[in-house]
Amino acid sequence: MSGQEIVFTLLGVVAVGSGIMVVTTRRLVHAALWLVLSFGALAGGYVVLTAEFVAWVQVLIYVGAVVVLLLFGIMLTRAPIGDSADLDSGNRWAAAAVAAATAAVLVTVMVMGFRDERMPLRAGGGSAGELGASVFRTWVLPFEVLSVLLLASLVGAIVLSRTGIGPGRGPGSGEGDG
Amino acid sequence: MLEIIGKLVLVAAAFALLPLLVGQAEHKVMAHMQGRLGPMYAGGFHGWAQLVADGVKFAQKEDVVPRDADRWVFKLAPGVALVPYLLVLTVVPIGPGGQVALDLGAGVFFALAVMGVGVIGAIMAGWASANKYALLGGIRVAAQLMSYELPMVFAASSAAMAAGTLSLQGIVGEWRWWWLPWQAVGAVVFFVAGLAELRRPPFDMPVADSEIIFGPYTEYGGLRFALFILAEYAGIVVLCALTTVLFLGGWKGPFLNTELGWLWTLIKVAVLAFCVIWLRVSYPRMREDQLQKLAWTWLVPLSLAQLALTGVLKVAFA
Repeated sequence: MSGQEIVFTLLGVVAVGSGIMVVTTRRLVHAALWLVLSFGALAGGYVVLTAEFVAWVQVLIYVGAVVVLLLFGIMLTRAPIGDSADLDSGNRWAAAAVAAATAAVLVTVMVMGFRDERMPLRAGGGSAGELGASVFRTWVLPFEVLSVLLLASLVGAIVLSRTGIGPGRGPGSGEGDG
Repeated sequence: MLEIIGKLVLVAAAFALLPLLVGQAEHKVMAHMQGRLGPMYAGGFHGWAQLVADGVKFAQKEDVVPRDADRWVFKLAPGVALVPYLLVLTVVPIGPGGQVALDLGAGVFFALAVMGVGVIGAIMAGWASANKYALLGGIRVAAQLMSYELPMVFAASSAAMAAGTLSLQGIVGEWRWWWLPWQAVGAVVFFVAGLAELRRPPFDMPVADSEIIFGPYTEYGGLRFALFILAEYAGIVVLCALTTVLFLGGWKGPFLNTELGWLWTLIKVAVLAFCVIWLRVSYPRMREDQLQKLAWTWLVPLSLAQLALTGVLKVAFA
């Protein structure tokens, strides 16, 4: 094994291990903090695969925004220190089965798709320039479709969080407004 | 290899020294602006050794962890708050031609991403202290980060778009004097959002002493408390350095850019740090709703307008 492969494997072990800690820890905030480690290891994996830009965006969005949002939500509602007894769900075996099945499907797809094919790593192969070129030339249609999806979820979030929308409620609601 | 090690040693030295200088400058500048003396005797000249004495005092204090606190997270938090700023300093160029410890292709995003991680330290401290004031402070820190991260990234993207590169070295290389008016709005938005992310006055609602004692740091004492304070000053250095590099032309000065580049960078950082202290002395603390309003109704639209302006002029004159 080359040095890159060793580092990549170690990062993978950290990412999976901290991922398991996220779902097995009995402390709510610890789960969010283990998630930080998991995302960080994932970003490290991207760096090893020369996808530098994706790695930093991963840290910026997932560690800097998503986990902070999670922590904000937890602290705003309960923020318990110590074990939470109600973190165990009766569905744990069903959840474990679904997770194992999903992992099996993903691994099968990867193995069937690539077998033991090896791709040489090119320095700068995952740089922002290359990524931008392929997103906005080859994959521009899926990219735009994704933006519509995001817009839809944004509208959904506004509808869910705003009270007083709908017929006959709230001061500003007349006929025909949606 | 030797060169890299030498540069990293220099970065570590800057990281150890510059925040202390900013801290000392804050004591003195605040004292003079408020018409008082401050500590004048320690060390002889204007009480310069007071900072050393403070450091010794912090180191001697007992290391206390509250009984109900979450020990590991409580102890880890100061490190999580401080280390990211050290990492950011490694990618900040101070002069032309490789006067940077690590020249990353996507340096702008590295710097912004890692700065955001530092805030998690304060949130961890707020939760792990098992203290309601600390928890409220932690919530305020998180709310503040979420609102101000967006305009900060937009403003930095504007500078990257203008330069056509994400490398911090490359951005300074492309910088011309007419960027000052062109990117002025972006520069102000970046600086203001950065101040909010560092929780410096007037954005120090998370540590508002009149309401929640000292926010997330309420239960800390001794060295760990000193580390949080150090993180604040290191954050000022990092923010001023990034503003200098992105918007003020980094090492470019009136003359001798190649030889004296590092000096121009340091002068610009020092002037910006002075402004940070000046703002602390002159503005009252903003209320939580005013903070959020400033971010969402002023900074986000302004940074979007700056992005549009950058894009239009870039295409028009390309």
